[in-house]
Amino acid sequence: MQNDVIMAGFGGQGILLIGKMLAYAGMREGKEVSWLPSYGPEMRGGTANCTVVISDRPVGSPVIRSPRAVVAMNLPSLDKFEPDVRPGGLLLYNSSLIDRRPARQDVTVIEVPANEIANSLGNPRGANMVALGAYLGATEAVSIDGVVEVVRETFAAKPGVIEVNITALRRGHEIGAAHTVGAGEA
Amino acid sequence: MAKKLMKGSEAIGEAAVQAGCHLFFGYPITPQNEIPEYMSMRLPQVGGTFVQAESEVAASNMLYGAAGSGERVMTSSSSPGVSLMAEAISYLAGAELPVVIVNIMRAGPGLGGILPSQGDYFQATKGMAHGDFRLLVLAPWSVQEAADLVQDAFDLADYYRNPVLVLGDGLIGQMMEPVEFREGRLPIKPLEAKTWAATGNDGSKPRSVINSLFLDPEALERHNVHLKEKYDRMVRDEVRFQSYGLDRDYDVLIVAYGTVARVCSTAIDELAASGVHVGMVRPVTLFPFPYQAVREAAARASSVLVVELSTGQMIEDVRLALANSKPIHFLNRMGGMLVSPDAVVDKIRAMADGRSTEVVHA
Repeated sequence: MQNDVIMAGFGGQGILLIGKMLAYAGMREGKEVSWLPSYGPEMRGGTANCTVVISDRPVGSPVIRSPRAVVAMNLPSLDKFEPDVRPGGLLLYNSSLIDRRPARQDVTVIEVPANEIANSLGNPRGANMVALGAYLGATEAVSIDGVVEVVRETFAAKPGVIEVNITALRRGHEIGAAHTVGAGEA
Repeated sequence: MAKKLMKGSEAIGEAAVQAGCHLFFGYPITPQNEIPEYMSMRLPQVGGTFVQAESEVAASNMLYGAAGSGERVMTSSSSPGVSLMAEAISYLAGAELPVVIVNIMRAGPGLGGILPSQGDYFQATKGMAHGDFRLLVLAPWSVQEAADLVQDAFDLADYYRNPVLVLGDGLIGQMMEPVEFREGRLPIKPLEAKTWAATGNDGSKPRSVINSLFLDPEALERHNVHLKEKYDRMVRDEVRFQSYGLDRDYDVLIVAYGTVARVCSTAIDELAASGVHVGMVRPVTLFPFPYQAVREAAARASSVLVVELSTGQMIEDVRLALANSKPIHFLNRMGGMLVSPDAVVDKIRAMADGRSTEVVHA
């Protein structure tokens, strides 16, 4: 079974970080994982994205052209990656910053008001955690408990932000779980 | 030791430290800056020294001096930077100095771009610089293998007293995968004390001289013969490759190396699910190239597909291996663009229904 996802947004939205957390939690569960960042010149103040693969067997290509899921945190990312989602796949988009609905009819679309939720929790920088939670809720690619552990370790040096990020993760998880698309493909 | 999630560049650095490399000389260039960054953090912890030189030329000559003292030493760079080191690499080979050089290839020629490429295959395996020398060239396809090969590279460099090049691409440098470092790892070669090293002399033994200058033609020819004998031993003893999908009958054999072979493995799995069986030989050593393995695997196929991120460089070694016995097809991307599994699947299907034409060299 394999789950693969492209996560994309502005540089500074914490996209690469949530991708790493996902990969790290997958590795902890004994899965094979890879995390591949975009590192082109567009990273400098522009968009950032990463591809995460979580699999029961050794990861073949770390480059995924048609991912099973896309998490789009801003409009340029939705414009760029919406056409690439595998038919039957999953498209999560940050409706706080994206003012159009995705056009695809052949994928499950989940609207995640990530910035609004993060702001309502008093943690405006936690929109990425809301999005990660929503992805986990929809796919169960890795268990949320495992990611919670990774959050605790990632922010160990800043204990003040641990609980608020876990709350953001769980709020996102509730949204994603309402649209569960099930585990990855064989 | 437990698995750690590491960037390829960081894993390469840690592997070097664990192999006993305590000296690193380098100059920044994307996409491998995480290697010197990691070494600048890590080497002081083990009593080592990291030097950011004023240029690649300087870094590679510092490598020469440090290797002459018998220490394990490394540098890393990316394509244009390796070109600047080429002169020193010829001197290192001539003076028989064991060093490890990492090239995380980016697209060229010239300054090119910063995205992945395999355009330095010729440089690595055929024509690094002037003179008549060879490098042992190791090409990892995963972060774990990058770490393993870097550790092996130090043993091989010491054993052969020759520079060893680890040739990766931007993907290997940038991606994160789980890595495990084996505790109590033993050298893969029997290693002798470096009695040739220049470590200071109190007069109790002959002076050690580290040199690549032989003005007497008879002496230089003897040196050339000695080096050739060494390269012949590498060809005999160090060929490494991995077979993929050769346990079944197959119509097409893929030859690909590095991360491109990873992409091909996914395509092979997808094709197998639809009943089309494709085999692959992945060279792990590019010099020495696994000519025999490619020839034997190709003998069971009706045609061969070479996949590279270049205009076609390794394909020439595949042609040498096959000696016109099989049609060869070619799939490539360049400029930092990547080959996708879908593109490999499409190419295999095109070969099956006659839409792909074989590569013909005049």
